[in-house]
Amino acid sequence: MESKQPNRRRFLKGSAALVGLAAVGSASAQTPAAAPAPAAFIKGSEEQIAYGQRSRFETSVRTSHGGRKSPDAFGLVMHVATPLQDSVGVITPSALHYVATTRGAFIPDIDPKEHRLMIHGMVDRPLTFTMEDLKRLPSVTRLHFVECAANRPSATAKTIQDSHGMTSCAEWTGVLLSTLLKEAGVQSGSSWIVAEGSEEVKGASSIPMEKAMNDCIVAYGMNGEAVRPQQGYPLRLLVPGFEGIFNVKWLRRIKAVDQYYMTYNDFGHLRQEPENAALGYQIGPKSVITFPCVGKQLPGKGFYEISGLAWSGGGAIRRVEVSTNGGRSWTDAEIRGTAQRMAHTRFSLTWNWDGTETALLSRCTDEMGKIQPTRAQVAEFFKVPLVPTYRAPGQDNTIQTWKIASDGSVHNAYS
Amino acid sequence: MRILRLISLVLLLGSSALAQSKYGVGSTPGKEEIRAWDISISPTGAELPPGRGTSKEGARVYVTKGCAACHGATAKGGPAPTLLKAEAKPNGTPWDLGRVLPIRSPYATTVWDYINRAMPLNREGTLTPDEVYALTAYLLNINGVIPEDAVMDAQSLPKVRMPNREAWAPLPDWKPGMPRFAGYPY
Repeated sequence: MESKQPNRRRFLKGSAALVGLAAVGSASAQTPAAAPAPAAFIKGSEEQIAYGQRSRFETSVRTSHGGRKSPDAFGLVMHVATPLQDSVGVITPSALHYVATTRGAFIPDIDPKEHRLMIHGMVDRPLTFTMEDLKRLPSVTRLHFVECAANRPSATAKTIQDSHGMTSCAEWTGVLLSTLLKEAGVQSGSSWIVAEGSEEVKGASSIPMEKAMNDCIVAYGMNGEAVRPQQGYPLRLLVPGFEGIFNVKWLRRIKAVDQYYMTYNDFGHLRQEPENAALGYQIGPKSVITFPCVGKQLPGKGFYEISGLAWSGGGAIRRVEVSTNGGRSWTDAEIRGTAQRMAHTRFSLTWNWDGTETALLSRCTDEMGKIQPTRAQVAEFFKVPLVPTYRAPGQDNTIQTWKIASDGSVHNAYS
Repeated sequence: MRILRLISLVLLLGSSALAQSKYGVGSTPGKEEIRAWDISISPTGAELPPGRGTSKEGARVYVTKGCAACHGATAKGGPAPTLLKAEAKPNGTPWDLGRVLPIRSPYATTVWDYINRAMPLNREGTLTPDEVYALTAYLLNINGVIPEDAVMDAQSLPKVRMPNREAWAPLPDWKPGMPRFAGYPY
């Protein structure tokens, strides 16, 4: 209650004395109840007026992921995770959206006036688009998550940022890739596209033509402004529901082809087993409780809102269930807002904690009726023993358990 | 007969309607421009440029172009990824040899494509086709895929038999709404 505004404070004291009569029995007679004094103000600057910053009290930041620091010794940006422990709603702020690159990349500094997107290969009319051209075409705005294959719960994760922070969700604006491909006139027999970025490694992925014509977006907008440089400025591809690396950033070229090209990115998810290849492709139904989560401290027993995120590469989330007793029983959580297809969906459940040790879990069901599994269920399906080192094949979408200790501390209960 | 003619007329109209651009936005790139931009190399090698190189030449390029500085003088042990296969296991598979591009990739064209587009770091695009062929030959040779005197060019490179040529699982034929993996309830 220290105030740097003595006049105001005197005034407030006086007002408190006036209402003091109405506050009989509250606080103590020596310090009459007072409304909180207004906070010191942020000194205005032209920068603050021109482009706003978050409060200096908000310190949530991204962290390097997967054991390799970003930037690394070469100056390359590798994997960077979003602080899910602080997330609210379904949109990841652009400045906190997770980052991953092909191999590790320098973030290109592209002048949008110079940028071009070329569409060629098995098309009737090869086309080159400027950013200005693209913004003339009919656009869509959609919420979509992007999740990296490296997003995998683990026994060693000490934060939800480590275990789940390689997924993010933003509102993307751009032109449907199908619009551009129709403009170019895809020839029959073209079954794949190769999409390529303009960073120094020129990351390229093979994407099935079916998907390209279905719902992919050539995006120039993100959360109401231009796509951020780390996310592919000025242009990136969104391949909704597919593993992160397909979502080519700094997009400069799309070639319609008649076969899988086995690019370096494709080589990156080359797998020996069919289940690993298939399940690392389109992402399955997945959810995680973001509050309470590992590392948090509940101040005591009583009321809490359990809150979390659910998403699926298979479409919209239809149902989220939460267990507050270690999985013995499940209760339907409330889905907040409208569940969008291939987008983070916020769920919540009211909870009265009785102060005893327990475990919280969430599981979701998507529009295809697929249900998020436990590790034990996955191991059972593939008829392998569930040992702590067992890796669920493909993109790991297994249920995360948070253990609540009787002192209110929250722990990762991976097993 | 008349019906057939009518059908073919409808088909003709249909296809000519499809052959129109709807918005007329964008410009037409020239053939040379497309060729300059197109650095994708398919497994058939259709886009490979003229040129040639051998392992012996590649060993020299590996040093003069600075590859050794990051990947190690013996193609391992540097700060950049190893380019040399791991020791084979008895009765093992190509998968035991490590995540090493010039041994694990099912196609030698991927090696050429990646060196050409992405190496050396910070000087990408400065290697000549001959140098890329030579480096590819060198990496394939030190991994035991091709003999030292093999000449790599647009004809021979796609024909190189990589040990992992058949030992990988292709991605499923993706269709909207399809299950990720047959019979999998999750």
